[in-house]
Amino acid sequence: MQPLSLSQSLVKYLKILRISLVERLVYRGDFLLATVFRFLPLITTFLLWDAVYTSRREMLDRQGHASEPVEMSGFSLQQMTAYLLLVQISRMFSSMPGLASGLARDIRDGNIKKYLLQPIDLLAYLLAYRGAHKIAYIITSSLPYAVLFFFFRDVFPGWPSWGTLGLYALSLMLGFVIGFFFEACVGLAGFWFLEVTSFIYIIGTLNFFVSGHMFPLDLLDPSLTAVLKYLPFQYLAYFPAMVFLEMKSAAELTEGFIIEATWAASMIVLAKFLYWRGLKRYSAFGG
Amino acid sequence: MPIIEARGLCKTYRVYQKEGGLLSAVRGLFSRKYKEIKAVDQVSFAIEPGEIVGFLGPNGAGKTTTLKMLAGLIYPTQGDATVLGYVPWQRPDAFRRRFSLVMGQKNQLWWDLPAADSFQLHREIYSLPADSFQKTLGELTELFGAKDLSKQPVRELSLGERMKMELIAALLHQPQLLLLDEPTIGLDVIAQVTITKCLREYNASRGVTILLTSHYMKDVEALCKRVLIITHGKLVYDGLLSGITEQFGQYKLVKLQLEDEHAAGLESFGEVARREGPSVDLHVDRAKIGEVIAAILQKHRVLDMSVQDPPLDQVISRVFQEGQAGATPQP
Repeated sequence: MQPLSLSQSLVKYLKILRISLVERLVYRGDFLLATVFRFLPLITTFLLWDAVYTSRREMLDRQGHASEPVEMSGFSLQQMTAYLLLVQISRMFSSMPGLASGLARDIRDGNIKKYLLQPIDLLAYLLAYRGAHKIAYIITSSLPYAVLFFFFRDVFPGWPSWGTLGLYALSLMLGFVIGFFFEACVGLAGFWFLEVTSFIYIIGTLNFFVSGHMFPLDLLDPSLTAVLKYLPFQYLAYFPAMVFLEMKSAAELTEGFIIEATWAASMIVLAKFLYWRGLKRYSAFGG
Repeated sequence: MPIIEARGLCKTYRVYQKEGGLLSAVRGLFSRKYKEIKAVDQVSFAIEPGEIVGFLGPNGAGKTTTLKMLAGLIYPTQGDATVLGYVPWQRPDAFRRRFSLVMGQKNQLWWDLPAADSFQLHREIYSLPADSFQKTLGELTELFGAKDLSKQPVRELSLGERMKMELIAALLHQPQLLLLDEPTIGLDVIAQVTITKCLREYNASRGVTILLTSHYMKDVEALCKRVLIITHGKLVYDGLLSGITEQFGQYKLVKLQLEDEHAAGLESFGEVARREGPSVDLHVDRAKIGEVIAAILQKHRVLDMSVQDPPLDQVISRVFQEGQAGATPQP
């Protein structure tokens, strides 16, 4: 049999994606629950920020600055709310629940054999599978999200320009790539360590904070934000949301996209390297 | 040209030696003792196209490790092998398209989906053309008698039905070599017989080469003319199944029906394996069988007598127990 050309192997993984989509749709109940429960923490976050802004307002009023708008690091309550909604969309693309732990488990239990026996690349397969997972998730949660955004439509200044929307889509796609390959790297650590659960937990917690999932990174100390800009995390949540809100200057956008694209490429290379080294180790010791 | 050629394969594992208890667990945090275990030791053999060869040995003898090396999952510490003309642990796609490894204890199908979806996935993974895929699938479901099963979620199938599905999936890309690790483990007798029958027919019609490990002698007797026996990592026998008794069966089973149910002194002819009144089973040294029979006939009135080879599984379990001790590796 002839080796497959690049386009043929792309078609192969797209078809795998289609079949995986069927698989994901089997778990309807899980989807429904995941979608509904994803909104619950959001409500508490909104209430929290509402309280923060209200008390700030009262403080300003008491100090006789009643005409001054309430802002926190340049964010009004509207913008804060819009930001928190948009971060949900960022995470919809960049979060990879179960990828690292699943990969580590497959390595430990030897299920990884399946991919070594068949003419298939593990990372490409998982990417197709995860892509299917994401598509299924986005389709099923688009209705509840539409309702949510419609309900909060007043916090948005209006639709951004087509150019911004294009950049937003690009930032989300790159976020997906970084998210996927970052989690894959964590999972591939399973080749060297028997147990990576606590590692995954620490990274998850840290990520929630430094990706801007919890609040806009502008609220942090400027010296810290300057560092975070060069790390991959903020591109998983903060950066796409800021692109949509058009709260970044052209120079900041250019710089951001260059860093984001560099991280995406580096993560791909790193994951491929870890997989290659891991397999060598696995073939020598395990099996 | 042989399909499988193994030359002096060795595999040594390094295992972490841990004593029980908290104290040693804490000590293990700082320094660990490792022990080297030779799982496979200088194993050489060749298998020709179309053969079905049984690979026998007690648990932990090195069967699965050898299969894993031949499938390219692990590489040997020493020695080399060619499988289908490739070095397996280099894992080129062209090699992986031409064989299958099925492990009875591992599930390769999607658990919550009907097998049909997993088959489709296989089709894509192996890039099989739609028409030949449909044709092969049709033939295989017919052969395994599994027409209606492929639409049920795999988790709802019985173990035997699931094994059929696993084998169909493994054969969809028409491999030239099938490596089977305990394909009938946990199956009832009927399912075992069906699976072995299907494998035999598939081998006859397609000429696929099969190397299988099994703990059930019935499987091996039904499928294999030739067997390899491995104990403690060393190959102790490579030859015809029928030759095992000749090489390792030190005794013959003599079944006697005596007139006198209290006949005494039978122990002098050999080991009395069973005695129920006048019917007696004796294990008699193969080399002395002629003279012992003559002596029995002289001393006792015998109503009926038969001389048989001992059951194969008894001989083999004796080979397993003795390990390398009395046996010499075959070329």
